[in-house]
Amino acid sequence: MTVASRPVQSNGAGVAARKQHRSNALVGLGYLAPALIFYGLFLILPFLHSIYLSFCAWDGISPSRWVGLDNYRAILESSQNRVAFGHAFVLIGFYALLTTALALVLVGVIGSTRIRGLTIFRAALFLPYVIAPVVTGVAWRWLLAPDGPVNSLLRAVGLGSWTRGWLGDFTWALPSVGLIGTWMLLGLALVLLISGVQRIPVELYEAARMDGAGPVREFFAVTLPSIRNEITVVMVLAVTAALRNFDLIYVTTQGGPGSSTEVPSFLVYQKAFFVGDLGVASAMGVLLTLVILMLTMLILRPWRKG
Amino acid sequence: MRTTRAHALTGQVIVTCAAAIAVVPLIGVVIMALGEPDTQDSTIRLSDSFHIGNFKAVWDLADMGTALATSFKVSITATLLTLLLSVPAGYALARFRLPMRNMLFLILLAGLMLPNESLIIPLFFDFREVGLADNLLGVILVETALGLPFGCFWMRTFFQDAPYEITDAGRVDGANSFVILVRLLLPMAVPQLLALTVLSFVWTWNDLLVPLVMLSGGRELTAPMTLATFQGQYTTDYTYLSAAAILTAIPVIAVYLVLQRSFAHGITSGAMKG
Repeated sequence: MTVASRPVQSNGAGVAARKQHRSNALVGLGYLAPALIFYGLFLILPFLHSIYLSFCAWDGISPSRWVGLDNYRAILESSQNRVAFGHAFVLIGFYALLTTALALVLVGVIGSTRIRGLTIFRAALFLPYVIAPVVTGVAWRWLLAPDGPVNSLLRAVGLGSWTRGWLGDFTWALPSVGLIGTWMLLGLALVLLISGVQRIPVELYEAARMDGAGPVREFFAVTLPSIRNEITVVMVLAVTAALRNFDLIYVTTQGGPGSSTEVPSFLVYQKAFFVGDLGVASAMGVLLTLVILMLTMLILRPWRKG
Repeated sequence: MRTTRAHALTGQVIVTCAAAIAVVPLIGVVIMALGEPDTQDSTIRLSDSFHIGNFKAVWDLADMGTALATSFKVSITATLLTLLLSVPAGYALARFRLPMRNMLFLILLAGLMLPNESLIIPLFFDFREVGLADNLLGVILVETALGLPFGCFWMRTFFQDAPYEITDAGRVDGANSFVILVRLLLPMAVPQLLALTVLSFVWTWNDLLVPLVMLSGGRELTAPMTLATFQGQYTTDYTYLSAAAILTAIPVIAVYLVLQRSFAHGITSGAMKG
C-alpha cells in the first residue's frame, strides 16, 4: 500500500498504478471515516437541525410549524435582540481591541530585548486563559463585589467615590465583564506577540538603526509588520471568545442588571430553555455563527493577501 | 547596540507586572478560600489561622467529589476519543490521495468556528429521543466532536511536516500504512500528541454550556456545573465560593502545569498555523 501525496513512482504500469491508486484512496477514507462520522453526527447534524429550526415556530412540545424568515425578522425588529448584539460588539472592543492594543504597546516598549525566564512568566501569563470561565466568573464576582478587593483597593488609594457594585451597576456591568475578558486574554496575547517579536532577525533592527530610526519608527517599520500573523491570531481568538462567552455571563450577571449585559450567546440559552421560543433561539444561534464567520473572514482577509 | 541595560530592565519589569496582574487575583481567591468561614463578608483579610476545613466543608456541601469524578470521566474519555479519531484522520488528510481531500478538510476546519450556542437546542431535544440526554455518554460524544476540528487539523500538520524518508524506508521494507503510522510516525509525534491531550482535556473540563444543557435532569453534574449551582445557593458566601472555585480549577491547573510546554506549543504553533 502506498502512502502517497507525493509523486508516486510509476513505472509505466498504468493499470496497476491506477488500481493501487484507488485502493490507496479507499484505505485513506478508512482512516478518515470514523472522525468524519463522529463529526457529522454530533456537530454537523445538530447544526443543520438548528438551521432548519430557525425557520420554524416551535415551543418544544407541540409540532413545529414552518414560518420562513419570520424568526430572523423578529430578531432584527426586536430592540432587545439588537441591543444584545450591540453588547456583543462592545465586548469585542474589550476582549479583542483593548487586549491587542495593550499587548502591542507592551511589546513595543519591550522591543527586541530578550526576556529572562520567559518560560516561567509564560506559565503565569497563560493561567487566566487556562482556568474555566466559570471559575473566572466566580472569582471576579467576588473581586468586584461592593465590599470586595477591587473597591477596597480604590478606597485605599483615595478613590472612594469610584467604588460601586461593579457587576450590579447598569452602566458599569458591561465594561466590567469586558475587562474580565481582557484579563483572561491579555497574557495569552502578550506571549504570542513576544514570541513573534523574538523570531524577527536582529539584522532588521540593526538596519533600521543604521537608517537612524528611533524606537517609535522602529516599532512601526520593523516590529509591527513582522508580527502581523500573530496579531491576526490574537484577534481571531479574542473575537471568538467575546462572542462565545455564555459561561462567563451565566455566572457573573445572567444578563443583568436589567438587560444591560444580555448578549446573543446568553439569549440563545434563555429563549430556548426559559422562554420556550425555540425557533427564535435557533435563529439567534445561527446569526451568532454567521457573525463569527464574517468577522473571522474579515480579520483573515488582509493576511491571506499578504 | 542600543539595547541598553535600562531597556532590558524595562522589558523585564513589564513582563513581571503582566504576570502579576494574571496571578494576583487568583492568589487573592486562595487567601479568601482560607479565611474565616460562614461570614457573608467579601473583604479580604489574612486571618491568624488558615481554615483548611473550608475545603472539606465545600467538598461535602457541594458534593464536589462526585462532580470531580464526573468531570474526570468526561474529560479523559473525550480526550482519548479525540486522539483516537484525530490521528488517523490527520494521517489520511496529509498522506493519502482522497477524493475531495481539500473540501473534506475545509468542512472539518469550519467546525472551529461553530459556537456551542448554535448546537444546544438540537442537542437537548434530539439526544433525548435516542436516550443520550442525562447521560454522560452523550456529553462525551459531543465534546469529542467539538475537539475534532482542531485535533484533525493539528495532526494533519504534523503528518505533512514529518519526513518522507522514514515512511519511504518503511515502505521499502514492505510495511503497510498502518504499521508505518504506528511504528514509525507516532513515536515521532509525542510532542504533538501531548499538546493535543492537554488542550482537549482543558477545553472539555472547562466547558459549561454543553453539559448544562445535556445533563439538565440533574442526575449527573460536572465540576463547573456544580460550581455554578453552588454559587446559586451560596450567593455571597465568598469564602466557600472561593474554595469551590479552587477545587474546580485544581485538576486543570495541575494538568496544565505538568504539560506546560506542550500547552504553549499547542496554543502558539496551533494558532499560528490556523
